[in-house]
Amino acid sequence: MSLKKVHDDQPKDFKFSSDNLKKAEEILKKYPEKNKKSAVMPFLYLAQRQNNNWIPLAAMKYIANFLSMPYISVYEVATFYTMYNLAPVGKHFIQVCTTTPCLIRGADKIVKLCKEKISPKENELSKAGDCSWMEVECLGACVSAPMIQINDDYYEDLDEKSAKDILDSLIKDKPLKPGSYRGRANTSPEKKQTVNGENHA
Amino acid sequence: MLKKEDKIFKNLYNEFGWEIENSIKRDDWKDTKNIISKGRDWIISEIKASELRGRGGAGFSTGLKWSFAPKEVGSRPHYLVINADESEPGTCKDRDILRFEPQKLIEGCLIAGFAVNAHVCYIYIRGEYFNEGKRLQVAIDQAYEKGFLGKNACSSGWDFDIHIHYGAGAYICGEETALLESIEGNKGQPRLKPPFPALVGLYGCPTIVNNVETIAVVPTILRRGGKWFASIGKPKNTGTKIFCISGNVNSPCNVEEEMGIPLKELIEKHAGGVIGGWDNLQAVIPGGSSMPLLSKKICDTITMDFDALIENKSGLGTAGVVVINKDQDIISCMARIARFYKHESCGQCTPCREGAGWMWRILDRIEKRKATFSDIELLSDVTKQIEGHTICAFGEGSAWPIQGLLRHFRKEIESRCREEPLIRKKTNNPYLVDQHLLEKKNA
Repeated sequence: MSLKKVHDDQPKDFKFSSDNLKKAEEILKKYPEKNKKSAVMPFLYLAQRQNNNWIPLAAMKYIANFLSMPYISVYEVATFYTMYNLAPVGKHFIQVCTTTPCLIRGADKIVKLCKEKISPKENELSKAGDCSWMEVECLGACVSAPMIQINDDYYEDLDEKSAKDILDSLIKDKPLKPGSYRGRANTSPEKKQTVNGENHA
Repeated sequence: MLKKEDKIFKNLYNEFGWEIENSIKRDDWKDTKNIISKGRDWIISEIKASELRGRGGAGFSTGLKWSFAPKEVGSRPHYLVINADESEPGTCKDRDILRFEPQKLIEGCLIAGFAVNAHVCYIYIRGEYFNEGKRLQVAIDQAYEKGFLGKNACSSGWDFDIHIHYGAGAYICGEETALLESIEGNKGQPRLKPPFPALVGLYGCPTIVNNVETIAVVPTILRRGGKWFASIGKPKNTGTKIFCISGNVNSPCNVEEEMGIPLKELIEKHAGGVIGGWDNLQAVIPGGSSMPLLSKKICDTITMDFDALIENKSGLGTAGVVVINKDQDIISCMARIARFYKHESCGQCTPCREGAGWMWRILDRIEKRKATFSDIELLSDVTKQIEGHTICAFGEGSAWPIQGLLRHFRKEIESRCREEPLIRKKTNNPYLVDQHLLEKKNA
């Protein structure tokens, strides 16, 4: 359960685009006719993608009507799950994993970098470039720690320098490629022995 | 050490390509029709013979679980649900299966679905694995094209469909009943058991929930025989397992090994050893964050299997091995885990919702050297108040690591505490309702 604040400035109307309407029909086919409530989570994702990565209250009302369920149940779902943003986030939305496996490989240094480069506080839009950042719990890439997620992509095996490069590239709106920043193939053991951990942040 | 030919996940690092053509070359979808034609009972008895235990953390016998599904389909359809909501800190094995061995999972789904009488399977992927889910969808589409899924899947006479459902960042949805709630479109809050999902699960229908790795090893077991699988590892702890070795090791990695491999061998052989050498080891979390940590003395000799770890008051869990060396502050590491549980508690049961935050605050105080000796007892008491008093196992998951810390690092904790309490008793209290209790002369 997380604390989330609904944005003050809400748009009045929300409607799925015609593209998303088609997608919504496809999603509904996945679930039994009488259980179309199941589609609430995928629908919230659709709304979030359509509306610059955050969900306005109008979208929740729209989805509630669409699935003939009470508005409060949609609201409940949208506030329970952490990946639904209820307030605007940056175009480059940076999520820094700081749970123990990342922490012991130096995730706190990446947090510090984010504070310096993006904004001193979490969930605040940056002055330069369209970015925002937040600390998140385990993203499930622990052997590639420390790592960050930017929008949908994982940036793995970071250290201070590579994290700095990535953040700079975001501010310039020319994001670097996702993947491992130590040049290894996925999660395989590295042949090269690192000398007492000099190779991580 | 596991022989090369006994490895099940040959493409764990994507050396040979994940597309369906490449995986067929690696013997996926070989004889699937034949296996299904041998019938439900044969499949379940073969899985029982392999002594496969669930890879999602609890280690429950998979064959037994499947046999709980009603033999005949009544008025309600059966469902198979795959738990790919991998969120346990220290664990990232399912991600590699989804990315690089999707056909093993899909084939396993078909066989398992047939074994438990299910025509529909939902794969619940955590929302952060957006790209992995996209990859899996492509793999599913490829399987449909080949006729391995859909009507008369793999010409076995069984209709089978697979759908992907994304989670949205809630750790608790890895608990099977919370996961079902989440698919139904509710908040992910666990249900009371019984009834167990095998009888009343998704949409009130019989449902079998299995972990990704459990299902992905099923086709290989059936092709090579339950006896082969049971011959690897130790009795009752059989087969191969993907270990995720993270933390203070020279080369953190995922690796498939046999069950019961000594922890020291695992770390030294595959992960390049502990940073600063084995003597620099402080503690190891053997199975994801909810399993109690092990002190170095235990790590010297422990083998990685369910029963040996339970004997040492820990557990194999998901086999996410987090190595912590002496350069780390063990208390801040555990305080961070406590913060994780505080953040992820679903808020349904009071002991867990309140206790998780309580434990974090006490550990935070200890970390900052602001705690008193009585706080240690309080911490221990809180963990006991949570354990066993919640609907799901999250309570144990949050309390056990702290109990492990108290068991192995009590001296370290005590060295950071001080005698006198932070808030001293004020002598001139304003009048309170129970003022008389404070004043000794009135007591």
